[in-house]
Amino acid sequence: MSKEIESKQKDWEERLKASEKKAPPRLPRFSTISDMEVPLLSTPIDFDREKFDYLRDLGFPGEFPFTRGVYPSMYRGKMWTMRQFAGFSTAADTNKRFKYLLANGQMGLSTAFDMPTLMGYDPDSPKGKGEVGKCGVSVASLEDMEELFSGIPLGDVTTSMTINGPAIVILAMYLAVAEKQGVPREKVRGTLQNDILKEYIAQKEWLFPVKSAVKLVTDTIEFGTKYYPGWNTVSISGYHIREAGATAVQELAFTLSDGLAYVDDCLKRGMNIDDFAPRLSFFFDVHNDFFEEIAKFRAARRIWANLMRDRYKAKDPKSWMLRTHAQTAGVSLTAQQPYNNIVRVAIQAVAGVLGGTNSLHTNSMDETLALPTDEAVMIALRTQQIIAEETGIANVADPLGGSYFVEVLTNRVEREALEYIRKIDEMGGMVAAVERGFPQAEIANSAYLFQRQMETGERVMVGVNKYQMTEEKRTLETLYIDRTVEKRQIQKLVELRKKRSKQACQDSLRVVREQAQAGANLCGPIIEAVKTYATLQEVCDTLRGVYGEYREAGSF
Amino acid sequence: MSAAQKNSKIRVLVAKPGLDGHDRGAKVIARALRDAGFEVIYTGLHQTTEMVVSAAIEEDVHVIGLSILSGAHNALVPEIIEGVKKGGLTDALFVVGGIIPDEDFDGLKKAGVHMVFTPGASLAEVVDYIHKNAPSRD
Repeated sequence: MSKEIESKQKDWEERLKASEKKAPPRLPRFSTISDMEVPLLSTPIDFDREKFDYLRDLGFPGEFPFTRGVYPSMYRGKMWTMRQFAGFSTAADTNKRFKYLLANGQMGLSTAFDMPTLMGYDPDSPKGKGEVGKCGVSVASLEDMEELFSGIPLGDVTTSMTINGPAIVILAMYLAVAEKQGVPREKVRGTLQNDILKEYIAQKEWLFPVKSAVKLVTDTIEFGTKYYPGWNTVSISGYHIREAGATAVQELAFTLSDGLAYVDDCLKRGMNIDDFAPRLSFFFDVHNDFFEEIAKFRAARRIWANLMRDRYKAKDPKSWMLRTHAQTAGVSLTAQQPYNNIVRVAIQAVAGVLGGTNSLHTNSMDETLALPTDEAVMIALRTQQIIAEETGIANVADPLGGSYFVEVLTNRVEREALEYIRKIDEMGGMVAAVERGFPQAEIANSAYLFQRQMETGERVMVGVNKYQMTEEKRTLETLYIDRTVEKRQIQKLVELRKKRSKQACQDSLRVVREQAQAGANLCGPIIEAVKTYATLQEVCDTLRGVYGEYREAGSF
Repeated sequence: MSAAQKNSKIRVLVAKPGLDGHDRGAKVIARALRDAGFEVIYTGLHQTTEMVVSAAIEEDVHVIGLSILSGAHNALVPEIIEGVKKGGLTDALFVVGGIIPDEDFDGLKKAGVHMVFTPGASLAEVVDYIHKNAPSRD
């Protein structure tokens, strides 16, 4: 059979050459957006060459190595979670947006915090001037967290929180609110992003030196594993790595290496792999290059399953499963002709679903201009609902499985990611690699290469470097965060400091400091501290006093 | 004098004021300017306005490029311009890049910004603008 195909393929290649003489290829080379050259055609010959083995490489949905998805019935049993990231201004304003999204069929909440909160500063810190409530919601104390989830029963929703540097403090506030609402611990469900390594690599919102920061992540994993069985303790995130300019392979490899670093730290603390690995979750970007993205998701599951089973000897199949959230690529959106973004988002969302994501955020068309308006958010959510309800895609598990090209590409993405992972292992793991700036430099190089290719027109962004409109008028309405937010948040904080018990607050912070110095798990002490209405910055400053602060050399 | 020769005499400060961590654009621009022959100083992340001002004055730069994607431009940019001018660099060229809504352009220009580049601006445009508009001090 394959001999016959091989000889027919040779004949075809001859005919192809002849036809290319008449109609030469449009471009000197054809490559993915990550600059990976792709073949015109893949056939069973490629499967033979790569020694493709169905059971080893694909298997069945819900079974090792999960290439075809983590659940046996995939979206027939449970649709992916439609989870739109939201957060701006004050807790009360974001609470309104949350209720609007829930009323329109969103299934889980996802919280964006402002820059001062992400960096562990209160709204009255001079460092956060002009940034309070701008890129997300400002949460400075338990009081804000109570307002943020006011009227939303935390036992009935799953909540994702995008916070990293001060994640342990924000988690403490959330758990304190759940406790006040009387929600039993096992019913508290959601995800803490809590992935500090990718902050040093890409998003750059950090507080402490790398090793202390990883220690805090391990504290939350240990605590969550013990007391909150429905909580995803970390969302190991490639999204920001990709947005910072990484290629698909770099995104995949650096993210998985981050995951390995957390696993190693937990094991060092004496935890059992099968106790905590099932609650690790992931978060990837879905960029423009359709097949490359699908291959990336499939390769991600396969690599993780193999590593968990073979390197760490995990026995529980749940430890092998890479469950993931996905978000369409913010960086692919254009300020020019912004309605085109609706189309980009829809195509990316389809790629995410074909890749088997378990949860999805679709970006709003106006996000290169400002935070999204209600109308733009609605279109983004409806995009997912159309894919889920109208296209039939969700009826089938891994419909592209077995496609010659998709399997070849999945193998290739896997091979190249494993090569990076090996390199990082040789450096001593991701903590060491980050400290020497390795992933940071790789990403900066890729970002620069991409921009150069944009300049020459080798890469096209419609409306930006091709099909531009002269005299483009901007007609889209955008959301405007007014400047009184900062003042109001500061005022609120001043009043809070007056009405809380100063003594209780100071005592609780002293315990945090002592326990930090002793190297103990800090989740318990920090929960007690936030219950006395100690502010985010007060807790973080206490920890800064013990751990010091991270500084990055400003290289480019 | 060739373009590269002229550029080599121009010092550009690329700065990231505020807590905003989005540094992809700033780094790409810094590298493109360096490749075009300019002398580039990059502040690194999380700079207060005072830190940016003192870097500009210490390095005696001709051009100050501020990259802000967090929405804090209206609060931070005027403070920096005022500080730099007070520090004696009265002829410096101020360029802002990032997510800047149209309705803020006028306010920034009034505060002393010479040019605003938003997403989609090409490296060539930025390089060309600085080449043509940087002050010469000889």
